This record gives sequence, C-alpha cells and structure tokens, in this order.
Amino acid sequence: MTLGSVPPKFKVSIDRDQCMDCGRCIENCSYGVYRREGDKILIESRKCTGCLRCVAMCPRDAITLTEKPVDYRSHPLWSREVREDIIKQARSGKIILSGMGNASDLPVVYDHLLLDACQVTNPSIDPLREPMELRTYIGKKPSKLKFRKTESGDVELETKIAPNLKLNTPIMIGHMSFGAISLNSQLSMAKAVTELGTYMGTGEGGLHEALYPYQDHMIVQVASGRFGVNIDYLERGAAIEIKIGQGAKPGIGGHLPGEKVSEEVSKARMIPIGSDAISPAPHHDIYSIEDLVQLIRSLKEATEWKKPVFVKIAAVHNVAPIAAGIARSSADAVVIDGFRGGTGAAPKVFRDNVGIPIEIAIASVDQKLREQGVRNEISIIASGGIRSSADLAKSIALGADAVNIGTAALVALGCRVCGNCYRNLCPWGIATQRPELVSRLDPERGAVQVSNLIQGWTDELSELMGAAGINSIESLRGNRDRLRGYMLDEKMLNILDVLPAGA
Amino acid sequence: MCGIIGFIDRTKSRMDGSSIKAALSLMNERGSGDGAGYAAYGIYPDYADYYALHVFFDNLGEPKKKVDELLQQLGEIVHQEEIPTTPQPGIKKVHTPWRYFFKPSEDLMSGKAASEKDVVTYIVMEVNANVKGATIFSSGKNMGVFKASGWPEDVANFYRIEDYKGYIWLGHNRYPTNSPGWWGGAHPFNLLNWSVVHNGEITSYGTNQRYVEGYGYKCTALTDTEVVAYLFDLLGRQHDLSYEMVVKALAPPFWDDIDRMPAKEAELNRAVRLTYGSALMNGPFAIVVGTENGIVGFTDRIKLRPLVVGENGNRLYISSEEAAIRVLDPEVKNVYTPRAGEPIIGRFIE
Repeated sequence: MTLGSVPPKFKVSIDRDQCMDCGRCIENCSYGVYRREGDKILIESRKCTGCLRCVAMCPRDAITLTEKPVDYRSHPLWSREVREDIIKQARSGKIILSGMGNASDLPVVYDHLLLDACQVTNPSIDPLREPMELRTYIGKKPSKLKFRKTESGDVELETKIAPNLKLNTPIMIGHMSFGAISLNSQLSMAKAVTELGTYMGTGEGGLHEALYPYQDHMIVQVASGRFGVNIDYLERGAAIEIKIGQGAKPGIGGHLPGEKVSEEVSKARMIPIGSDAISPAPHHDIYSIEDLVQLIRSLKEATEWKKPVFVKIAAVHNVAPIAAGIARSSADAVVIDGFRGGTGAAPKVFRDNVGIPIEIAIASVDQKLREQGVRNEISIIASGGIRSSADLAKSIALGADAVNIGTAALVALGCRVCGNCYRNLCPWGIATQRPELVSRLDPERGAVQVSNLIQGWTDELSELMGAAGINSIESLRGNRDRLRGYMLDEKMLNILDVLPAGA
Repeated sequence: MCGIIGFIDRTKSRMDGSSIKAALSLMNERGSGDGAGYAAYGIYPDYADYYALHVFFDNLGEPKKKVDELLQQLGEIVHQEEIPTTPQPGIKKVHTPWRYFFKPSEDLMSGKAASEKDVVTYIVMEVNANVKGATIFSSGKNMGVFKASGWPEDVANFYRIEDYKGYIWLGHNRYPTNSPGWWGGAHPFNLLNWSVVHNGEITSYGTNQRYVEGYGYKCTALTDTEVVAYLFDLLGRQHDLSYEMVVKALAPPFWDDIDRMPAKEAELNRAVRLTYGSALMNGPFAIVVGTENGIVGFTDRIKLRPLVVGENGNRLYISSEEAAIRVLDPEVKNVYTPRAGEPIIGRFIE
C-alpha cells in the first residue's frame, strides 16, 4: 500500500503501577484496542475511537486516553482531517460514512443568544412557590373559537378541537430507530417519557413488542422505506410522523447496515435478516405538496382521524416556505431538524456541509408562518443539536412549541459521542445490536438517567421562565423580546428578529 | 407602579372630568411626571356617528398633509380642529394635538371587503407605522383620549379635561420603567372604541406582539400596553368573543384548575388556552379597558398588581387604590378586591 497508514488519533496508555491486570479493559473494548499476550495487556491505540468505555470501567483509574497531536505538517487549509479523508478515498474510492452529528467547528448561534431576567420593576417568579406551567399541547389549533349560547344561557363551545398530544414538559425524544439503536436504549427512553408525560419517536424501525406498554407515549414514523409500517403499527402510536428529511443528511435517504439487522430487528422492520435497509431519498409517492397531503390524509383516514400527523424535514435554505406548505397540508406539526442533528450513519460530506442551523430555521419558519397567518394552526418542533435547557429555552423563545432531543438522551445513557454508531460495535450498548453489548445497558437504570436529564432541564426551564417573569410556556413561545444577540451581525439579528445585547 | 382608574355610569349619565383629575392626582406617588392621560366616552354627542381621530402632529406641514390625503382617499372629513389646550408650566408641548371627525368609506379599501372599523384600523396602522411626524392616538366614536408627558393635573389642565362630560372615564398616572416617556407612550392606548390603562409590565409582550402582528396590527408605541388594545380588538371584535371570554384568553385559569373543572367547562377552558395561547398575557398587570358597551377590569393570574372595585348604584369604579375611588365617590359601597384573573365587567343598562 503506497499510501501507508495514517497516524492514530488517540494515544491510549496504562499506568502499569496502578493496573491490577483484571482485564476489564479487554472485555469492555469492542473495538479491540486491548489484547492479552502472555502476562501483559497490549494496546493498539490505532483502533481507539475515543468512546471512553475502558476509562469508565477501569477499577483503578489506570488508563489514560489523550488525543494525539497532529503528526502532519501543520497547515491551515490542508488540515489533518482533510488529508485523511483524501487518503481514505484514495484507498477505497467510496463515500466516507460517519455517525453522530456535524463535527465541524462552525459557530453555534445558541451561544450568541442571551436570555433575559427581571429586576425590580417587574417581579421574577419563584417556581418553588408559584405555579409554573410547562404543559404544551402539540397539534392543530383553530385560528379562532366559536361559542353558542344554550337556552339556559350557558356558553358552549362550538368549535371542535383536533386531537393534540399533551406534553408535561416541552422536551420530547426524537426518532432513533430500533436497528440504529438497541432495544434496551429504546426501552430506557420509553420508560422515561412515559413516566414524565412526554413522547419519543420510534424511528423508521417498527415497534418491538417489548415497547407496546409504552405505545401511548411513542410517535410512530413513516419514512420513505416504509420499514415496519402496517396498520397495527400506525394504530399503536400516539401520533404519526412522516419523515421527509433528517438534519444530519438532508436530501438523502436512510441506510441501516446489514450487520445491524438482527433477527429481532428484521421482525420489527419487516426485512430479511442481515440485509441492508436502504430508504430512498424521496418518498416514491411524494413528488409534490399535493402528494404529501394525500399521504397525511390517508394516514389520518387509516387511523380514524384520531391521531395527529407530523411532518419532519431537515433545515435547509428554503425551509420557511417548505414549512408553510406543510402547514397548509393538513399536517398537525412540522418537525424541523437542524444541521447539527445526529444520525446512525451518514455520508460525512452531507453531515458536515448540508443544511442550516436549527436556531435560524426556527426563527425563519416562525416568521413565515406568521406572515401567512397560519402560525397558530400548526406546532413547530425543533431538533438537531439541543444540548441544554438554555438551548431549549432559546428554541422556544425563537418560536418552537417543543424540542426533540437525540444525542443528549444518548449521552444520558452513557454515549460519549465517539461517532462510530454505524459500526454496530457501540461498547455502551446503545448503537449496536450485538446481544453481549446490548446487555451492558440496563433499561431500568437507563430510564432513570434519561428521566433525570429531562427533569433537570425542565426544572431549569422553570427557573429561567420565572426569572423572566413568565409562568406559562405559551408566553415564552416566540417571545423574541426575551432574547438578545451577542456578537451577531446585523443580518443575522434581522433573520432571528432579536435586538442586539444592550438594546 | 402606575396608578389607574376606571369609572362607568351604567345609565350613561355623564360626569365632567374634574373628579377623575382629582382622583388620579391622589395617586401621584404612583407616577413620575413622565406621562398621564384620560379617556372619556360620550364626549362628542354632536359627532356621535363619526370616528374622532386624535392625532399628535410634530408639525402641521408635511405630516398633516399626508394624513389629510389618506383620510380624503378613504372617506370624508366632516370637521377638523386643533384640540383646545391651555399651556401649562409643567408640560413642554412637543406635539400639536389635532382631531378629525371622520366618516370612512367601506368600498374604498382595495383587496377585501372591509367594514368601517377595518378601514379606520388600517388608517391608524398606516399612519403610525409610515407617516413620520404623525401618531393617531385615539380613533373611536363619541370618545377620545387625551394624554401627554406630565403629571395628571397638568395634563388635565392642558387639555381642559373638566370641559368634557363622559359616562366612561379612564385615567392613568405613569411611572415608565421599560420604555421612553414620550407623549405617544402615555396611557390610555386606544384603537377604535377600545382604550386601555395598565399598571405593570407585560413579560409576554414579544409573544403577544408577534401574534397580533400576524393579523396586520403594527406595534409602534414602543410600549408593551399598546398590544392589549389590539388583543381586545382582535379577540373582542374580529373573533367576536364575549368580554368574559377575552379575559379568559388573556388571563386564563391554571391547568391544575382546568383539570379539576367539570368535563364540559374543562373542555371549553382547554380550547381557549390551546387556541389563544399566544394571546395569554404574563407578567404583573392590572388593567382597565374601556369599550363600546362598558368597562372591563382584570389582573394577571397571580395578581402581582393591585386592583380595587367599588360600586354605588349605577356607578362602578375600578382603581389601583380605594382612596382614589373615595375621591370620586365618598359614598362608595361594596368595595372589594377581585381575585386574580377574575373579570370585572360594568355594562350599560339597556
């Protein structure tokens, strides 16, 4: 091989004075970094992904893992990553795959938005002593209400309200399919959302029987591959989501590698064991907004108009008019997934270069829907890179009704964002179907961790709202007045429709 | 801070402005001399069928020419004059207050079938957003708003408030904390026959503003209270909700309370919150609204600002302080403080 090998990214070392030679590092590393030779544990740093499982499981804190400094000649343009990608492709002639979200060093708009707090002239509200309402209803709302007076003089509601999902907190977990992630991961999250009174997505993976007890808190997905979709599946979900696009890979379909298609996955997805599940880029029955309307109405008809239907799109340059089209298409909510959204596997060039940040997408969609007078009639769910309760609060102030989290929920389960989800070797038992790895994740404990995360964010959101003198989530939604931009250029401030800090 | 007062005589028996001036001045500790104002209903019986447009002109040249042109395009000016004022040492006159009595033409608006009220609303939004040097601050029938930067008695004397007789009076003594103290920012805020006086701050302003702007209203007063007048117009006029229902939308019961209601009532209240969530008002507020049919008073959902109600025969008083009501009517009865979010409605007797 004339290209030779590239330098390893990580340097793994064991403090031999500390090591008690228990071999847990060998057992825990599914990537094969460690092996025993004679009485010694040998290390092959080149195989390391930085998942940190060995460090977490070493009983003596003997393992050190460092990112290796670049071994190439430093160059501002031809970075290590650029050169290694070229070398990989020179070797393989193929598209480079990647997992997790966009890893480019682009500025994060959330970090340039600052929230407001009350001082003196209006009181901040103490959520420990005053009611704080985070309840959110997702679904279609009428633009106005009509009432009628009965003969006895009572006022009765004449307008019929479409089915809505009731969320106790405006945080949901986005769609991660059974196949992309393990059943134990899904079970952990399903238990958590059921306990908290919110929802999670099934992903394009069908619904495993073990999840039936939580089905009232699960949103079933209809993606272009239609894997796992049948009437029983549709009827089980609390709502249905049509996935058109995904933030990590706008404009392309999905790909579940065959090695992740175990017997269980094959049953749930209704595909042969070991076969690659490739969703097409477009839905082959949707080539226009009229086609989308037909699918939405067919799904509603099939489920007797009892369930809200969401449409998920990736945040792209013309996301606002697309969302406006969706708002008029009988959909109950539009889910917008920003370019920092995660994925099991995506071509790296898509993940890192296609789409726009969710912050900007929410603002421009909210604006467009208002201009067209339909904002109130549809819910906006934002996702793709929500990292904290502050991101959540800012998303709502920019105009979202609720957010979907993905990577954050996985991190709560143990994920260290190593970005190798597509290899089926996830040592944390999350993005894998290998039974010996899946069993590492205890769904009971996982549920507590995910639930703790969402509860913690919910409490922080309450405090942030209280500080801003707001006691109901409705009053934070689209409240640009409570945001200021810091070190953002004027055009960006205009798109976000926020004033600069100090104004 | 801020001091507010509202008065209605249900039989439409009119009262002159001297007592409301005295009552409002009693609450001077609630103001800072940066703004005061009055709204009076029933003051223009000779022009009762015309819209009384009160305008602040920076000068009577270009801005007035533009307003005249717009009004002539969209209807007929039957009378116009400078609003009579008396110079006051405490008031620096920065605008010329002017009034038009105007009859809009319903067929001159392009694009959609419009009522007279739609035409007037369009004119108010157009002038306030796009005509530099002109602000329409009052646009109802047989009523008018008088306001400026200054203490209540100075503003009253400036406009000779005692010369007007009305069956509804609103008064406001301003302590601006989050917006500039300019004439247009003084209360009451008005659109058509809706006039609003407010003590507090609306922390949901950004949400409410975006909501009403989606329906063509333009918030130009640089002050949060303006949006309340537009919310009342949108919900009360355009959506035809009763005053009780408007208050339910703006200061709704908590979800926990809704959950405890009988099924039908819960369904109705849930529908109001779902549909009008963006109209829900947060933050501390006590508000009195003047309308075509009476007055409506209410506070925020946890009652962070005071509001007192008093009655005497056909007269209903709502104010920040009982003492102010007693200045208006020493014999007042049934003085009480309403519950948070509870609408206090005074209607004319048919």
